[in-house]
Amino acid sequence: MAISQGAGAAGGMLRICTAGSVDDGKSTLIGRLLFDSQSVYEDQISSIEKASKNRNAGPIDFSLFTDGLRAEREQGITIDVAYRYFATARRKFILADTPGHEQYTRNMATGASTADVAILLVDARNGVRTQSRRHARIARLLGITDFVLAVNKMDLMDFDQEVFDKIVDDFDDILTGASVHAIPMSALLGDNVITKSDRTPYFQGPPLLEYLETVSVKRNTTSAPFRFPVQMVLRPDDVFRGYAGQIVSGTVRTGDTITTWPSGKSAKVNRIVTFDGDLDLAFAPMSVTLTLDHEIDISRGDVITVDPPLVSQRFEAELVWMDERPLDPGRMYLMKQGTRTVTAEVNHPLLLNQIGTVQVSTARPLVFDRYGENRSLGSFILIDPGTQFTCGAGMITNAVREAAASTHAAPLSFAERLAHVARRAASDEEAADLVRKALEEMLA
Amino acid sequence: MSTLATSPTPATGLQLDHLRALEAESIQIMREVVAEFERPVMLYSIGKDSSVLLRLAQKAFYPGPIPFPLLHVDTTYKFREMIEFRDRMAKEVGARLIVHTNQEAIADGTQPFKVGTQRCCGLLKTKSLLDGLAAGNFDAAIGGARRDEERSRAKERVFSVRDPNGQWDPKRQRPELWHLLNSRLKPGESIRVFPLSNWTEIDVWQYIHVENIPIVPLYFAKEREVIVRGLSLVVQEQPFVVTMPGEKLQSVKCRMRSLGCSPCTGAIRSDADTVPKIIEELIATRQSERQLRIIDHDQDGSMELKKREGYF
Repeated sequence: MAISQGAGAAGGMLRICTAGSVDDGKSTLIGRLLFDSQSVYEDQISSIEKASKNRNAGPIDFSLFTDGLRAEREQGITIDVAYRYFATARRKFILADTPGHEQYTRNMATGASTADVAILLVDARNGVRTQSRRHARIARLLGITDFVLAVNKMDLMDFDQEVFDKIVDDFDDILTGASVHAIPMSALLGDNVITKSDRTPYFQGPPLLEYLETVSVKRNTTSAPFRFPVQMVLRPDDVFRGYAGQIVSGTVRTGDTITTWPSGKSAKVNRIVTFDGDLDLAFAPMSVTLTLDHEIDISRGDVITVDPPLVSQRFEAELVWMDERPLDPGRMYLMKQGTRTVTAEVNHPLLLNQIGTVQVSTARPLVFDRYGENRSLGSFILIDPGTQFTCGAGMITNAVREAAASTHAAPLSFAERLAHVARRAASDEEAADLVRKALEEMLA
Repeated sequence: MSTLATSPTPATGLQLDHLRALEAESIQIMREVVAEFERPVMLYSIGKDSSVLLRLAQKAFYPGPIPFPLLHVDTTYKFREMIEFRDRMAKEVGARLIVHTNQEAIADGTQPFKVGTQRCCGLLKTKSLLDGLAAGNFDAAIGGARRDEERSRAKERVFSVRDPNGQWDPKRQRPELWHLLNSRLKPGESIRVFPLSNWTEIDVWQYIHVENIPIVPLYFAKEREVIVRGLSLVVQEQPFVVTMPGEKLQSVKCRMRSLGCSPCTGAIRSDADTVPKIIEELIATRQSERQLRIIDHDQDGSMELKKREGYF
């Protein structure tokens, strides 16, 4: 039986995402994985057998397990990411099945952002396509270092080794620096999904499920420096004042000297408070509440650390644009990073699904790490203040030194800044809103 | 955290087990809601998921009280034991409880056998929920839905935006990367928040077990008088639930796997009268959790349609 009670204790939880072009068979593979690992319930199978009758994908159309929306089933494509949960005796899995259509790349990025391993599917008949490249690039940008290269539909190519080898070679440059496990596969027929196929004698490695059960992922969040973005200040009475948040990396002990950023003020950790009693030691990813030995000014958005993070109002980032409305360097965006939301400007235009290296300037100093060192404090989203849509996803690569600007040119006056903000708004309403926000920030 | 969290060891090789990792994630989500919204509310449906949600809310804001009210959408057809349990729990955790019922529809005699399950749910759950949220002017509603329950729920974001009519547009969901939750709303929009998104049914039961969380006794097997109707065992609480020709009340050892309205939620044959036995039964079972929920099966993609209309 697939779902076992003790699973997860030894192997932990592995987060996986799929990637690849439309029709390469992603949903079919996931359906096969869930079906063969007995993670689909009987009544779900019978309801899908009923629905499969109207389609032509064999007796059971596996993609119906994951394509949960009517529009998806009608069009036979995946629009949005579907999260599936399964477990074997060795491990628990959270699997994000992501769409292959270029139009829905943003949903692929959503699924990949929290993944440890990406399964990159390729249709053996087509080889590497633009969208496979794009997905591989996004997954690499998002920090995924372990890949399964699943060369699918090998049954249609007579499981030919030359076909397989050529596709693996073609991916070499795209996945440079990553650890890649390539598998010749037929998701539809089950070759090398759960059990090793006898039709691919040239393939030595473990089949997909065994690989996923055993791959060790380097996610050293507890050995990284301590980072604690403050979510809220808890003050239930006149005496207690605690800072609530989730430890995103590292460990903390009572008595540790911490510093809060961007103010740079220090204090000692007095208590680590939880509902289940105080702790002497807490580590990522625990959600806890810290109290300090003396009062310093800390509010939501500040970051508590032991070693200093980067603090700057300008930085360089890799940005994925996710909105139909292009990125406009003349507009102000809202930026959420850690637990802080500020207004920000970006120096470079981007179109939907484009990825670019940009410089971002924020209205107030940000506390961050490079994404490569800390996914939580190195990532941010941009929000369009007109539509409130999440329009961009960024990964900080480095701080940009404030160019001599501050010593040369006089800083903009309040009025100049407000005029600047107003000019860049798309409508009068937006201008009024942005000016109000800019004023609040200047006065804060 | 004594039972599951790693005991004091050197600060290397520390790993939070998966239940505590899920707990930490859910607490992070609830705190974001309270920090970023003006008027949050928690939808309390009295079931096992709501019970877990309630415990997580206690943990998230400890030593303070739960900083939002609980909203129960009462169809008046819930099991009596659920209502007793609800009132007791609200008192115990010291939360404010709001009960909202579509009184107009009840006065019109709305019940599933008279108007059909779809219309009944539409009036007593969906409309009532939307009215209850509007009455409280709530901008964020925290719910206990999990992605592993149903395939349209598998698609839902943690912060899920609803338009001014409370409806869901699954084709234009906001990207939701990392743990960065976008709480910005346009005028009239509201948000549904699902802190248990990544929990499975087994996770919920294991957590109830290790945390010793109180749940409605209907979840535990005992001899109950039921109507045996195909695979479904129907508990006769409402006057309009009557035996059909050839049916009679029988005493069967059974329990509820999922709690809803008594006319539309069947019991399962079971001997599981403790939480560990329930977990054991789940591991052995090959039927999915919502199978005996009639409302999920009344048409293809029916949960998605209900969600689009505003059902949580």
